[in-house]
Amino acid sequence: MDIIFTSLGAGLLQAFEPLNLFMIFAGCLAGLFVGCMPGLGSVNGVAILLPITFLVPPTAAIIFLAALYYGAMYGGAISSITLGIPGASTAVATVFDGRPMAQQGKADKALMAAAVASFIGGTVSVILFTLFAPPLAAFALKFGPQEEFALMVLAFATFIGLGGDDIPKTIFSILLGLVLAAVGFDIISGQPRLIFFDMVEFQRGIGFLVLAIGIYGIGEMLWTLESTNGQIAMHKVKVTWARIQANFGDIKHYINSTWLGSFLGFFVGTLPAAGATPASLMSYGLSKTFSKDPDSYGKGNIAGVAAPEAANNAASTGSMLPMITLGIPGSPTTAILLGGMVIWGLRPGPLLFTESPDFVWGLIGSMYVANFVTVLLNIAMIPLFIRVLAMPFSILTPIIFVLCVLGVYATTDRMFDTWIMLLIGIAGYLLRKLNYPVAPAVLAIVLGPLAERSMRQSLIGSQGDVMTFFERPISLTCLILAFALMSYPLVLKYMRKRKAGAGT
Amino acid sequence: MTVRTAELLMGIATLLVSLGLMLNVYLDGLTIGWVEGRGPGAGMWPFWLSLGMALASLATILRWFMGATPESRSTDPYISQETIFIVGVSVVALFAFLLLMTIIGTYLALVLFMFFYVRIIGRHGWAMTTALVIGTPVFVYLLFEVALTKYLPKGWPIFEEGFLVIDNLRYEWFY
Repeated sequence: MDIIFTSLGAGLLQAFEPLNLFMIFAGCLAGLFVGCMPGLGSVNGVAILLPITFLVPPTAAIIFLAALYYGAMYGGAISSITLGIPGASTAVATVFDGRPMAQQGKADKALMAAAVASFIGGTVSVILFTLFAPPLAAFALKFGPQEEFALMVLAFATFIGLGGDDIPKTIFSILLGLVLAAVGFDIISGQPRLIFFDMVEFQRGIGFLVLAIGIYGIGEMLWTLESTNGQIAMHKVKVTWARIQANFGDIKHYINSTWLGSFLGFFVGTLPAAGATPASLMSYGLSKTFSKDPDSYGKGNIAGVAAPEAANNAASTGSMLPMITLGIPGSPTTAILLGGMVIWGLRPGPLLFTESPDFVWGLIGSMYVANFVTVLLNIAMIPLFIRVLAMPFSILTPIIFVLCVLGVYATTDRMFDTWIMLLIGIAGYLLRKLNYPVAPAVLAIVLGPLAERSMRQSLIGSQGDVMTFFERPISLTCLILAFALMSYPLVLKYMRKRKAGAGT
Repeated sequence: MTVRTAELLMGIATLLVSLGLMLNVYLDGLTIGWVEGRGPGAGMWPFWLSLGMALASLATILRWFMGATPESRSTDPYISQETIFIVGVSVVALFAFLLLMTIIGTYLALVLFMFFYVRIIGRHGWAMTTALVIGTPVFVYLLFEVALTKYLPKGWPIFEEGFLVIDNLRYEWFY
């Protein structure tokens, strides 16, 4: 326990270094901005801005991106409440009660509740993170390639079992990402693979950033252009100091939902595939179930704003837990962060705690600071962000497109990759319109090379004996869990059919 | 085209892509089977996973015939008229931007791209247009070339040499 406190102290000190503190501010601001733009969420911000972070050392870079992640979770609520359009999918549940509150002229109350709930959610989860991460990482140090592979299978299985999307389409998305990750030279035999049309450029493979920016930059902007058509109608919000003070008194009305959302969000967030969106929806649902007055939900109940907001912030921290300790990202955003860590020359996984303690504890320390910074910035800048929301899409869109193109170019120095990014963006947009989930593909292209390597390493070690995955207890447990998750939707379907059959 | 038709076509397209990937691995002569004592060959991962993609696509097509997905029952237009305009314009503009980057260089392409979006699509005033048309390339230059030391594409030699004047100025003044 002592070692946690000393490391945390060092981490906090690191967070207060001028560069890192600046990064926290910049990240929170960028996150609030990205989060409050309809359609754009943390994952888009992190994907588009990752290339720019190559400017600073890895610790400062991840602090910036983590702060951005955080800020986006706060920012999402702003457009959910004032526009009635979720700023990001994570803020969908905030619309249910936030929108009616805005229509009743209580937008400032709703925004305040969102900020306070987000703060509590963030704080609870970062404390849980500090307590859970070191023991989990220490435990994971015993993992060999077999366990790594089994864990990744488990991560993909959660998408199939819990993702809630069309299952064949989810499977297609996962496999597509895994196959695209195999483009280029084989890591073990050195043979070139999947060199399409004999183009030499494919030998270097398809970088995950090309895919991530294509899908979350280009594809998402096309999607947003379609869904908003550039036209947005907004509710006016008046913010005065007196009203802010009065709003603090409301905390007691939603504090219980906030605690519920915070703990639930953290644990749901740690599951791959689940992440912040289902966490916030579950939190909303549970808060409604436990409420004394469930009928008022959806009509402007302040607890209905607090519950999902606490949960999505808690989940964003929660999803960093498996990324930092196991090297398995808990959400598409952390998948991109993980890819970034590889580019920064760090090896994600349990060794991170022993090899780069400065990095890990600097990140944890900065999460505490980022939480304070964001809540302050958020409350202080609500009027400004409401003006930002009035910014027309014909200005924002070209700026984001330019950042996507140049960001991809800057990471690889090849025009070829920008073309691939455009194609992937268009394909992603068309697929998404048909309800193909895109997040699993991004996760898969990040994990693909790691998964293939760990699988083949294990098999070379066991001289081709597949039983090696089933002989080790942790690996076996993961595979059994994965199998259970994959068959869960089928079992559910069968049960429903039997129930329907028995009913008639 | 309705969403219903689009889902079937997409199912067929994904099936063809999957088969194409399998064919690609196979024709490259990679070992798709098991190497005794060493485990899977180089082609095993992409080949069998592509087979999985093909099966998933088949499942989607099958579900389409059964009407199991909401999309297969929807007769809404896949891409509506207004959407085709705004999305189409954006895609064409991006395509032109990438093409121009390789011909006239990043900065001139940026000027045209911003002008097109802000003035022609967005119909903003001249003040806003000028600010963005000049501001974006300057910002990009400072961020990517100065801070990140990335050499962005400058286009064909004739345009590239024209641009080097600016780089030379920068080196003379600052270094």
